[in-house]
Amino acid sequence: MLAVRDLKVRYGAVEAVRGLDLSLARGQLLALLGANGAGKTSTLAAIAGLVPAAGRIEIAGETAGGLPPETLARRGVALVPEGRRLFAGLTVAENLTLGGAVHTPPAERRRRVAAMEERFPVLAERRHQKAGLLSGGEQQMLALARALMAGPRLLLLDEPSLGLAPQMVERVFDIVAGLKAEGLTILLVEQNVPMSLAIADQAVVLANGRAALSGPAAEVAASDHVRRAYLAA
Amino acid sequence: MDLILQQMVNAVSLGGIYALLALGLAVVFSIVRLINFAHGEVMTVAGYGIWIALASAWPVAAAVALGLAVAILAAVSMERVAFRAMRGADVTTLLITSFAVSEIIKVLFQNGISARPVPVVLPAWMSGTLDLGPVRIGVIALISILTVALSLVLLSVFLRRTVMGLAMRAAAEDFPVVRLMGLRANHVIALAFAVSGILAGVAAVLWVAQRGSVDPLMGAAPVLKAFIATVLGGLGSLTGAVIGGFVVGAVEVCLQGFLPQSLLPYREAISLALIIAVLVWRPDGLWPAEQTSRS
Repeated sequence: MLAVRDLKVRYGAVEAVRGLDLSLARGQLLALLGANGAGKTSTLAAIAGLVPAAGRIEIAGETAGGLPPETLARRGVALVPEGRRLFAGLTVAENLTLGGAVHTPPAERRRRVAAMEERFPVLAERRHQKAGLLSGGEQQMLALARALMAGPRLLLLDEPSLGLAPQMVERVFDIVAGLKAEGLTILLVEQNVPMSLAIADQAVVLANGRAALSGPAAEVAASDHVRRAYLAA
Repeated sequence: MDLILQQMVNAVSLGGIYALLALGLAVVFSIVRLINFAHGEVMTVAGYGIWIALASAWPVAAAVALGLAVAILAAVSMERVAFRAMRGADVTTLLITSFAVSEIIKVLFQNGISARPVPVVLPAWMSGTLDLGPVRIGVIALISILTVALSLVLLSVFLRRTVMGLAMRAAAEDFPVVRLMGLRANHVIALAFAVSGILAGVAAVLWVAQRGSVDPLMGAAPVLKAFIATVLGGLGSLTGAVIGGFVVGAVEVCLQGFLPQSLLPYREAISLALIIAVLVWRPDGLWPAEQTSRS
């Protein structure tokens, strides 16, 4: 589903990603791990078309590098950005509507909104509330639901558990695991290494913009480097 | 009391035009961070469209329709020809571009038609007055108030009930994320300019009806007031632009109506001093734009 070769992202003199290779099969979940500044968010931003990047990006066998974010979204790429970035002044229902705005006739859009409200009941309760007034956990539910409204083929999640209470973190990981079980292809950027590795098929540990370690999630979890640096073992 | 009511009617009538123009400025600014000082020239283009139509003996409704159509065309063309190439440029570059567009259009009208005002002949019924209780209201003032009210209602419905309207409100908060929803940047921006064009067109119709003439500098003064209104309301805030427009109109009318004769020459200075005082009190304006939560 996703193949990234020799990806490089540069912000002026700073090279955030320095020749990264990634490969993600359909229906699998790849966890992209690493410390702050390792290049995780830049990698997602490059795949979503938000920042210019060198290298080769292919999605479902088609070249995706250099395409604008709206074209990639129309090809089935959905990004849940770091910090949620909901439209705070719009209601929950309006945020959801925008998530399914493209290629979705009004009746189908309404059906999808109803489906999202069934999946995330709190969104039904808060339907007419402004997104900026929701709690952190509710905002994360809405950010996920908004991304799912488009019916994506590839879901990019940037730190979905960031800043959430422990109970809500578990709920978010349950939801992500559920989406994977439904067959959705997911690239997950996270700092919560144990929970990410528990639901991932593959994992890549980034350090200074490069893959320091990669492989099946179980093998990565068992590696000395990860156990020492992230799993406190 | 009657005088106060009368002045309120005048304030709503004038403030409504400023509100429409300010809203047009705010719609564009909220999405592309451009303060389009050529917005006044969109109004001028619409004014000349109405003048040509009426001079060619078109019915008033057709002249209004032409005015609105050329305003939309002018605004969208401005975006396509001048501003699209500058997208992402810094504020100074965008400002200079908008001033350049404004000057070019003014010179084109000055050399192509006339630097002097050309009279716009309106039907006689429009210059009449109506007595509503103690208030005598001009037909044009009444039309202005009703038109502004209808325009604001229609715009509100568009922004709240249509996907593209939602996209424009969302783009005002976080444009890159709107693009992540699959909505094309060029379409959203072009639509913002089209909406600003319609609003400038409506303002032009009302302005021309109230003044009875069109000249190349017609849009300059109102767009300056509209700019003040957008800053007063809160730069980038659509609600703030409307509030700011009505406040600027009310202040202008009140100072005109109630200042002693000897202070009338200082009307603009007093008006601006009052607005500065409000901005010292509320630096982000009366109704600041909402920011996306980044919790």
